[in-house]
Amino acid sequence: MTDSRPIHCVVLVKQVPDTHNITGEVMTKDGTMNRNALPAIFNPEDLNALEMALEIKGRHGGTVTVITMGPPKAANILREALFRGADKVVLLTDRKFAGADTLATSVALQKAVEKLGQFDLVLCGRQAIDGDTAQVGPQTAEKLGIPQITYAESIIEIAGGKITAQRALDSGSEIVRCTLPCLLTVVGSANMPRPASVRRQMERKLAAAPNEYPALRKQWPEFESDQELEAYLTAHDLKIPIWTAEDIGATEGSIGLAGSPTQVHRINFVVLESTESKTISPTPEAIAAMVAELVHEYIVG
Amino acid sequence: MSTSSGRREMAEQKSIWVFIEHTDDHIADVSLELTGKARELADQLGYEVVGLLCGHDVDALAQDVIHHGANRVLLADHEELALYRTLPYARVAIAEARARKPEIFLIGGTPNGRDFAPRVASALRCGLTADCTDLQIGDYYIKKEDKTYKDLLYQIRPAFGGNLIATIVNPHTRPQMATVREGVMRKPAADAARHGVVEKVTPSFEPGDFALEVLSRQVRKSTVKLKDAPVIVAGGAGVAGAEEFALLRDLANLLGGEVGASRAAVDAGMIDRAHQVGQTGTTVRPRLYIAAGISGAIQHRAGMDQSSKIIAINTDPNAPMFQIAHYRIVGDVAEVLPMIIKSLRERSMDQRDAE
Repeated sequence: MTDSRPIHCVVLVKQVPDTHNITGEVMTKDGTMNRNALPAIFNPEDLNALEMALEIKGRHGGTVTVITMGPPKAANILREALFRGADKVVLLTDRKFAGADTLATSVALQKAVEKLGQFDLVLCGRQAIDGDTAQVGPQTAEKLGIPQITYAESIIEIAGGKITAQRALDSGSEIVRCTLPCLLTVVGSANMPRPASVRRQMERKLAAAPNEYPALRKQWPEFESDQELEAYLTAHDLKIPIWTAEDIGATEGSIGLAGSPTQVHRINFVVLESTESKTISPTPEAIAAMVAELVHEYIVG
Repeated sequence: MSTSSGRREMAEQKSIWVFIEHTDDHIADVSLELTGKARELADQLGYEVVGLLCGHDVDALAQDVIHHGANRVLLADHEELALYRTLPYARVAIAEARARKPEIFLIGGTPNGRDFAPRVASALRCGLTADCTDLQIGDYYIKKEDKTYKDLLYQIRPAFGGNLIATIVNPHTRPQMATVREGVMRKPAADAARHGVVEKVTPSFEPGDFALEVLSRQVRKSTVKLKDAPVIVAGGAGVAGAEEFALLRDLANLLGGEVGASRAAVDAGMIDRAHQVGQTGTTVRPRLYIAAGISGAIQHRAGMDQSSKIIAINTDPNAPMFQIAHYRIVGDVAEVLPMIIKSLRERSMDQRDAE
């Protein structure tokens, strides 16, 4: 038996540098990475979280609201979320959020989720590919005072005010049942995120945050002022709202660098120790000689 | 809850805590590895090592923790703690940490460790660093305060951005929390002559702690034994597909080794995550590591650079892996691996002929 009650989902997402597709141009001569040369993408497992929320909406009804915290250009992934089916998006951006570690990030996300009001599920990717910490989800759940299901791979059912889900563990899996509201962190194997719908893309291509109005007006000169554009976007539900630290009621000491207990003591370049090394030609003779050497040194055989 | 006099007593003896994970009456290797590391750090600082053991009917495990280096085991034995669940386990840890104020708290970087640690860190409002590849003790000077913080935990991990290693500290909050993956630290030998105190603690749960119930749990014994393999043949993004990956398997079988993989290969779906070597996978120290088509990002190197001999095969002569390799082969994996296989087969045939 499934609930007829609609389920309201909030999805927390992050824009990240695409560390998975590192090309030669991104690597500098000394082997470091030029972060700015990497394209900014929707964190992959956050797409799985969004997909899971959209599937829940498909089955139970309800709403899908997507929140991201990041620089103004993070509006790009919110548009992507709208194209894929999100109902509503919020951009948390403020210089005061900058330099946040996972704890300070979770404070901002908690405040934003609470400002939205009522929800049944908060979903996010298990981890972001730029840090791989997997900490923000559980830290946000703790601050919201709700239980968490991490490493969620599938939802078995939502019924009677409870969710039953499967967690993917290193050495197996487990099925858990938890009362709503709760927070889920979703793994990449959970689903295949749907592509952006062409229809939605047409309908919502104008979706913009206020900081993007000037650029948008260059494309659409028929809007003579930001106010005029804003009136149009608001009327058509295309305005991406920006929330600042003040908007969500976050105190300065609890967010950004000031709210971060971890500090970077130092960053070291790794000097690769030049080992005594031999260059072996990719020829059968040279390879055979190498194998002979390894056998001689009792490394193999 | 401990009394105020108990708290004073505890405050005198500073401590390093280790979260002891266990399944089926067996302590996870990573917890014992961290107990060993905690012992090392505690000896340097004059602190005590405390294992936090939650479970049901797990008294027998406490001695094992002591034999691996703990002075004390805090044992929370309760039927509600029989299987790991975030809230009941976190409740015990948070209450005990508030009362006893550990300086450092180490947790294994397993799925459940990574579920538990941030929940506890959030409640204690303290710093947490994930997947450290080294832990050291050192000082930290803050210019703004003109103050030096002594004996902090240096939480060392590769940082995003190529060959960068970040040292993270938490000067203002306690405990200083860090997770570490299995295999990063060495497991000490058990010493039955070690003695310690097993102290029972009584959990005081709240109804909300049981919001989640475990309906079933399937544990499959991992057949991948990367950590102890003498030889690892690992593939990365430079391996073109399943067929080429099969070559790695052939070579590994021939050498009595295991197949490893970089994260790129795992993410591409070429092989199961259990084979992943590196900071977010397994740390290995085999006799021979063959890196086939692995560029050698620091996150990968952190998990294999202690290998005795490294052979790197890559079409890109500038791949960072070449800088730590003992044998550099600039070439295509699909051509080079068959040559190694053929050469090994011929040698074993020659040997047989000679016998």
